Amino acid sequence: MIPAKRRQGHRGFFALFEHLDSTIDACKALRAAGHKGFRAYAPLPEHHLLEEGLALKHSPVRVFTLAGAMTGAATGFAFTTWTSMDWPLVTGGKPIFSIPAYVVIAFECAILFGALSTVIGLFINAGLPNLRRMVAYHPECSNGSFGVYVTAPAARADTVKEILEGFKPAELREDPEGFDV
Amino acid sequence: MTTAELRQQRGTLPNPDVGTYEAVNRDVLKVLSRPGKGWWILFGMAATGVAVFLGSWFWQIYKGIGVSGLNAPVGWGVYITTFVFWVGIAHSGTLISAILFLFRAPWRQAIYRASEAMTVFAVMTAGLFPLIHVGRVWHAYWLIPYPNSRFLWPNFRSPLVWDVFAITTYFTVSAVFFYLGTIPDLAAARDQARGLRKKFYQIISLGWRGTDREWHHFSKAYIYLAALATPLVLSVHSVVSWDFAMAIVPGWHTTIFAPYFVAGAIFSGVGLVITLAVPMRKFFGLEDYLTVKHFEAMAKLCLLTSSIVLYAYLTEYFLAWYSGEPPERGSFWNRVFGHYWWANWIMLTCNGFVPLMLWFKRVRRSIAALFVISIFINIGMWFERFVIIVTSLSHEYEPWAWGLYRPSVVEMGILLGSFAWFGFWFLLFTRLLPPVAIAEMKEVVPPPMRGSEEAAT
Repeated sequence: MIPAKRRQGHRGFFALFEHLDSTIDACKALRAAGHKGFRAYAPLPEHHLLEEGLALKHSPVRVFTLAGAMTGAATGFAFTTWTSMDWPLVTGGKPIFSIPAYVVIAFECAILFGALSTVIGLFINAGLPNLRRMVAYHPECSNGSFGVYVTAPAARADTVKEILEGFKPAELREDPEGFDV
Repeated sequence: MTTAELRQQRGTLPNPDVGTYEAVNRDVLKVLSRPGKGWWILFGMAATGVAVFLGSWFWQIYKGIGVSGLNAPVGWGVYITTFVFWVGIAHSGTLISAILFLFRAPWRQAIYRASEAMTVFAVMTAGLFPLIHVGRVWHAYWLIPYPNSRFLWPNFRSPLVWDVFAITTYFTVSAVFFYLGTIPDLAAARDQARGLRKKFYQIISLGWRGTDREWHHFSKAYIYLAALATPLVLSVHSVVSWDFAMAIVPGWHTTIFAPYFVAGAIFSGVGLVITLAVPMRKFFGLEDYLTVKHFEAMAKLCLLTSSIVLYAYLTEYFLAWYSGEPPERGSFWNRVFGHYWWANWIMLTCNGFVPLMLWFKRVRRSIAALFVISIFINIGMWFERFVIIVTSLSHEYEPWAWGLYRPSVVEMGILLGSFAWFGFWFLLFTRLLPPVAIAEMKEVVPPPMRGSEEAAT
């Protein structure tokens, strides 16, 4: 495992919340106070948290899907056409360039390439596989609780702590040296 | 549906007895930690069956394809029948995981992981059959499209080459889709496990933490994968059906084949999901997860697809008569009253008539009845492919070229062994991967809110 990345002159806070609305409100408050370097943890894809709490918009994964699918379709067509042209041999009285037959291959290639490039897009954007040591994490976040991890410059660390405490976290952990998450 | 809306309609939730997120983790991860005696017995049976499967196959490789009953005119028999059967089985998994996901059906959450695993293992089983069928399996790599020594490429106008592309794509995409969906749940298993198991889950969960960044891209990627898997699943069985429909064989050469095969595939697949879900529910104590509502929804899917299949059978008979073609008419007359009349009547009874009982709500809500009906569906759908393949080939145009086919012991060993091979993987799955999607189940559980606890007290 790779050691976790530390941020010089920063402090880290991990707040564990039992309630979804507290987590959303904490994220909103942090954003309102101008903090950007924080992460929210959830045991499920909670759309309110992602959209309201963190105002996340479009994901670039869709570009990967489209590009992959188009590359696949083009590859499928090009491959079948080129191999038929390479040695023109009439079989079954069909044209050398048999569009309906090649659509099947092009379609399957579009799906295959599209799916694989979606996975690549996900891995690149979500930073998976994540081989760094799991420091800014709490195992409860895959169970029933939510979490927020904030890395703040030492000067603003106390206000962050105040904001987080305001939402009554079940647990508040402080790292003297914040991690880059 | 948003979670807030779900909270309001607590009474209509698919799993009203699952109250908290912690309960989901506890109930699902419990399954992984407790290998009961029954599991070991089943696993032993499956392993024995796999030995029969491999033994029969090795015997065929050693002696040659002559040990099967395949010969002119019936060159496609039990192997191709079983191939189509298993590909069909696979389809309901993708239907439940991808199509019902896009339709936002809230009952899919509890059942989709098991059915998707079924998809992957069914394609793994199906994929072996072309290799078994070709006989000289050491030449199986000829299926890969590459030029031969004279630089001739394969004929891409052949439906058999389409099939290679369709099945390979289907296996890859469904395996990727399945694995991706399990990553958050593997992380949940990792956070609870200890020792060697923890190491295992640590590696395969790819360091998932459930951060906003991960979930954001994950949920988007999941939608796009579902959107790709949906047309894929419809295309795969269409391509399989074209293996037949493109050939000028009476009984095969019809345009109805693609939709007819896709409906049949979903029908058989949902049947097997019911067959597997009933014991899983009982032995793993998942009664709160796989509720009567889930079974009723699957029964409705069976009823719908069974009606489509029965309609397709009747259309085939009608069109054979209406075509006025003596070979076409003869082929269908032979199916119903010829040498293989029994296979045809098993097919009609199991797929067309027995599922008619699902019109009754009491039957749809009775898990025991559904289990029995699902066994009929499994048998009937195997016979459907047998009827289509064998009766058509045995009764083509010229009467002097007609012939009969009888499966050999080796073929039966491989057929029965394929169920063991499938069961072997499925049993391993229930031990190693969370059999219910933990993270997605939480979407249909009311989220913990500050207000909800004050209201409760």
